[in-house]
Amino acid sequence: MELKDKLLASFMAFESSVDIDSNVHDLRVEAIKKFEDDGFPTKKLEAWKYTSLYSVLKHDYSVFPKGEPRLEYADIKQYFIHDIDSYKIVFVDGKYSSYLSQTTHDGIDVCLMSAALNKPKYRMVIDKYFNKAARNEGLSALNTAFSQEGAYIHIPKNKVVEKPIQILHFATGTETGLMLQPRNLIIVDENSHLEIIERHQSLTDNPVLTNCVTEIFTNKRAIIDYYKVQNDKQTASLIDNTYINQKQESVASVHTFSFGGKLTRNNLNFYQNGQRINSNLKGVTIIGEKQHVDHNTLVHHIEPNCESHQDYKSIIGDSAIGVFNGKIVVEKEAQKTNAFQANNNLLVSDKATMNTKPQLEIFADDVKCSHGCTIGQLDESAMFYLQSRGIPKKEARALLMYAFSNDILSSVKIPEVKQRITKLIAQKLNVNLGFDL
Amino acid sequence: MPTVLADVANLSPYKITMNKYTEDDLREELKTKEYEYGFYTDIASDTFPIGLNEDIVRAISLKKEEPEWMTEWRLDAFKNWKEMVEPEWANIHYKKPDFQAISYYSAPSSKPKYDSLDEVDPELLATFKKLGISIDEQKKLSGVAMDVVIDSVSVATSFKKTLAEKGIIFCSISEAIKEHPELVKKYIGSVVPQKDNFYAALNSAVFSDGSFCYIPKGVRCPMELSTYFRINQAGTGQFERTLVIADKGSYVSYLEGCTAPSRDENQLHAAVVELIALDDSEIKYSTVQNWYPGNSEGKGGVYNFVTKRGLCETNAKISWTQVETGSAITWKYPSCILKGDNSVGEFYSIAVTNNYQQADTGTKMIHLGKNTKSTIISKGISAGKSQNSYRGLVHISPRADNARNFSQCDSLLMGNACGAHTFPYIEAKNKTAKIEHEATTSKIGEDQIFYCNQRGINTEKAIALIVNGFSKEVLNKLPMEFAVEAQKLLEISLEGSVG
Repeated sequence: MELKDKLLASFMAFESSVDIDSNVHDLRVEAIKKFEDDGFPTKKLEAWKYTSLYSVLKHDYSVFPKGEPRLEYADIKQYFIHDIDSYKIVFVDGKYSSYLSQTTHDGIDVCLMSAALNKPKYRMVIDKYFNKAARNEGLSALNTAFSQEGAYIHIPKNKVVEKPIQILHFATGTETGLMLQPRNLIIVDENSHLEIIERHQSLTDNPVLTNCVTEIFTNKRAIIDYYKVQNDKQTASLIDNTYINQKQESVASVHTFSFGGKLTRNNLNFYQNGQRINSNLKGVTIIGEKQHVDHNTLVHHIEPNCESHQDYKSIIGDSAIGVFNGKIVVEKEAQKTNAFQANNNLLVSDKATMNTKPQLEIFADDVKCSHGCTIGQLDESAMFYLQSRGIPKKEARALLMYAFSNDILSSVKIPEVKQRITKLIAQKLNVNLGFDL
Repeated sequence: MPTVLADVANLSPYKITMNKYTEDDLREELKTKEYEYGFYTDIASDTFPIGLNEDIVRAISLKKEEPEWMTEWRLDAFKNWKEMVEPEWANIHYKKPDFQAISYYSAPSSKPKYDSLDEVDPELLATFKKLGISIDEQKKLSGVAMDVVIDSVSVATSFKKTLAEKGIIFCSISEAIKEHPELVKKYIGSVVPQKDNFYAALNSAVFSDGSFCYIPKGVRCPMELSTYFRINQAGTGQFERTLVIADKGSYVSYLEGCTAPSRDENQLHAAVVELIALDDSEIKYSTVQNWYPGNSEGKGGVYNFVTKRGLCETNAKISWTQVETGSAITWKYPSCILKGDNSVGEFYSIAVTNNYQQADTGTKMIHLGKNTKSTIISKGISAGKSQNSYRGLVHISPRADNARNFSQCDSLLMGNACGAHTFPYIEAKNKTAKIEHEATTSKIGEDQIFYCNQRGINTEKAIALIVNGFSKEVLNKLPMEFAVEAQKLLEISLEGSVG
């Protein structure tokens, strides 16, 4: 059975297994209808021109994982940023794992989507925010239809969350193929500050497909830093849909580090509903073999005096394919917008491909918008410089590549995350950089 | 030179009232300026019944006294066209033309052909005078040979003898089909196949006329070749077909410029231009397009759906330069297929949109050969309620080692009712590729004006300076003779502010 039919057929069963009287019931029904119309995106859609889901969708995925697999912390410790104190929300095969997690209700809500959807005390918040930022189309609609579990984080006014929050999704491989659809809702109220680290990890060689939706709301002067670490196995694919709705003077930054996975698609959308907003989108992509990473970003400037800053760097090797599709829309009310976008790419193998489409749509006249995009190779004179000083070729290349991606790392605010990413880069480039940052 | 300045003052529609000329004035002027060349020449036309079917295609072919293979070629294209649908991906919105409500052939009936200009219909000559492009003047002053196309049929060809001495063939495509069938047969449709796209297929089926140019081996064309197109008969779509072939080691600079009378119905224009640059040759193709853009309410105006493409063999070079100011809708992507090693493609464009005009224009650079190079400079200026899009593709194929591309797309916005968009597609499949792309969007900054004011340059001059500087890179690429002509033809915002 085609995956689409399978999903449509299992929707009824899903609805009756969760609370059919739930207040999001109507949303789910509407969403599944939308998905039935849209289906999975194909290359005929402009936004999916360079990314085909065919090879991912052909597997047989189990939509409702059975069993309750147990994981020992020792086995998965390496996937945590374990050297810092943090809140943790851990999911194993889509199910919340309480003994691996560390949540709180003390002044802030760091808990579960299922609780938020079902408990009456969250009703007002859910009514106000749930599915209000996500677009009702294709894969996001599919996620909405099956939305049940994920992280729910609500930071009230004037709180600086001291510890970062780690959200981890594990797939254990008790199923031959697994489709996961986590749904996260993050609300940061006035003047609050929050840091999040998110990771999807497969522990098996069985195919895993994750279709994740994260909605983030930043109210007045709120600050959020979101780090996405994508270093999954080559059998796992990820479609990440993130929608960020910003209010005035808020600052939202998303760093995406894409090193692993078979196919990774990041749909990252910023909506600036207020003045003097700042949005930052950064990304480092280092891929090889037959990996495919697609960054699809949107920054929608709706009101005046806002800024956005995008910087994506990729190193593409082997037969890998990199895609960058960055869109900036400036509405005509959004005067004095300052939007910047850069996309720099290194192709390091004969069969590597990079497709990039930086796109500007501007309706206001008093704006500064620019984008730059390059595709090139390592500087030969720099290589010569390093080699003439006794640094072997491989290390010299790695050093230069590390330097290439270092701009992005400099804006990472958690030192431990920076260290971890540096290690991952060294691992990915297969060298010892000889220094620790 | 005071006399020259006085002349300019007389010619200028703005009457040199520029003492306190500001950006607002410029914007106002852009809003209210009516199309200057909106007149209609009354020449009895020989027009076909409206509609399109196989018989019409045959009739066009018969009318043009074409050989059998050409008729078949047209019918083949028509068959393909029937299967195709109009493209909808472009960032333009318009009422689709009814292809059955158009007459597919219209030619001035004052036939046969003329040997000298004296025989030409005086009214026709008057048309050129109004446009300020009198053939006599052109001949004497600029040494430009003109193949004038009025409503699809060539009525005058000049300098033919000079060109013939060099072995250069410069004639209408219908004449070429009759006299040089081997060349036409070999190259027509080789760069833009019949079923390339909806409009190219339509053009292949019904093209009425156009220009043909062949430069023999090693010949450097001694003058700029120029064609003026003009849509004349109301309700007539015009479908030109241009074929330029530069044989090994040759060089040609080809100019194309157009104006159309002010008519209320939307006129359809679907031209096809094919350039073939054989080994070591160079083609420079310049266009000034100033068709009727519709009135200030967005009513009327020409639909311009053009397919232009060039093929570069080894060491060849094709350079497209375009100044697009007219048409209600522009859909145009002059492209280069860099097939041969070391070939070079260039694209320089200024697109100005005003009122309700919409332009979706850009280029495609397809790198197939090794060491191929391409440059894209695109300048968009939007005013009024217009929408201006750049859409470009740079494709580096796996074989194209050491390919190099530089693209720059700048947009200038005047007023907050207009829009500027960029859709650059970049596809690299070779690790030795070096690609750079830059785009900026801005208005004339108050700080820039202030900077100039501070140094004793008044605001009007400052705007002139900035706008001129903004488009200079492209204007400089126009051939000398044409640059002057372009200024005359354009009547765009730039000139108003430049004075």
